[in-house]
Amino acid sequence: MEFTDEQVQRYSRHIILPEVGGKGQKKLLASKVFLVGAGGLGCPVGYYLTAAGVGTIGIVDNDEVELSNLQRQIAHGTDRLGMPKVESAKKTFQNLNPDVNIIALRGRLTKDNILDIINDYDVVVDGSDNFPTRYLVNDACVMLKKPLVSGAILRFEGQVTTVLPGEGHCYRCLFEAPPPPGLVPSCQEAGVLGVLPGVIGALQATEVLKILLGKGQPLKNSLLIYNALSVSFRKVKVPRNPDCPICGAHPTITALQDYDQGYCQLGG
Amino acid sequence: MREEEIKPDKKIDIRGLVCPYTFVKAKLAIEDMEIGQVLEILVDYPEAIKNIPKSMQDHGQTVLEISKKDDRNWVILVRKEKE
Repeated sequence: MEFTDEQVQRYSRHIILPEVGGKGQKKLLASKVFLVGAGGLGCPVGYYLTAAGVGTIGIVDNDEVELSNLQRQIAHGTDRLGMPKVESAKKTFQNLNPDVNIIALRGRLTKDNILDIINDYDVVVDGSDNFPTRYLVNDACVMLKKPLVSGAILRFEGQVTTVLPGEGHCYRCLFEAPPPPGLVPSCQEAGVLGVLPGVIGALQATEVLKILLGKGQPLKNSLLIYNALSVSFRKVKVPRNPDCPICGAHPTITALQDYDQGYCQLGG
Repeated sequence: MREEEIKPDKKIDIRGLVCPYTFVKAKLAIEDMEIGQVLEILVDYPEAIKNIPKSMQDHGQTVLEISKKDDRNWVILVRKEKE
């Protein structure tokens, strides 16, 4: 493909970078990224990936925009209350960059649909707000050997990690199984600083672009923990677990499972 | 090196463009060339006469020549050294 005059202008700051250039920008335009969730994390991740010119962005979410979302979910707005979040995000992203094909899927990922849905994508981004989805997405990405950039936020703290199946750790190497329902509070119960998903989402978007461009070192075998109050970034080593139930030498999980949805499904 | 000795492999005319698009266009052109090949850039934006050579050098390319064609137009010759 050749860039149009508009694309030369739109992506000029990328093209100038030696690490991106015209070739890297063309790679981004040909890439497909799937976002799990159009909430606190999905909004900034989708926003920046759209601005960056990632050619296809799929988004799944089952919720509608509520007033309490707008303190942090920056792709939505007061005029979108009641609208499905994926529709609202699609509107915002299409307006930002018409080069990007936004595929909006209203619904929930399950063990029966996830493999088909994410199979066509190059990278998956987890911005979900619940453990059942988080583990389902991890297991599906490991099975399909799909890069996964996972993020999580609560109160003033957030985490990012990048799973490159076969090369590094996975989410189950870090936390083998979901905690019992109720043990870890949700954002709805415990609150979250509105800007926090912006920080973590921007880090996730950065990881995605690095993977797509093949530049830099991804957060493989490590977990980055950000604390807004102390302004600290801690990078913790996460070795691959040889006995991991999904990515280890002898996996005990050989089929996807839907955990009991006894977890809080709101917030995010 | 005198001008007639250098045979450009590719020529671009970016007269009418301003910075940073002058460099963006020149960079896109050189990305599609082979190492060792020479790009001839025809420009008329005064700042670009300094900026393009500086940016090309920062990116590891060699600026062979900067020459004035007439009152408004300049030619910059760059040899590609790296991807």
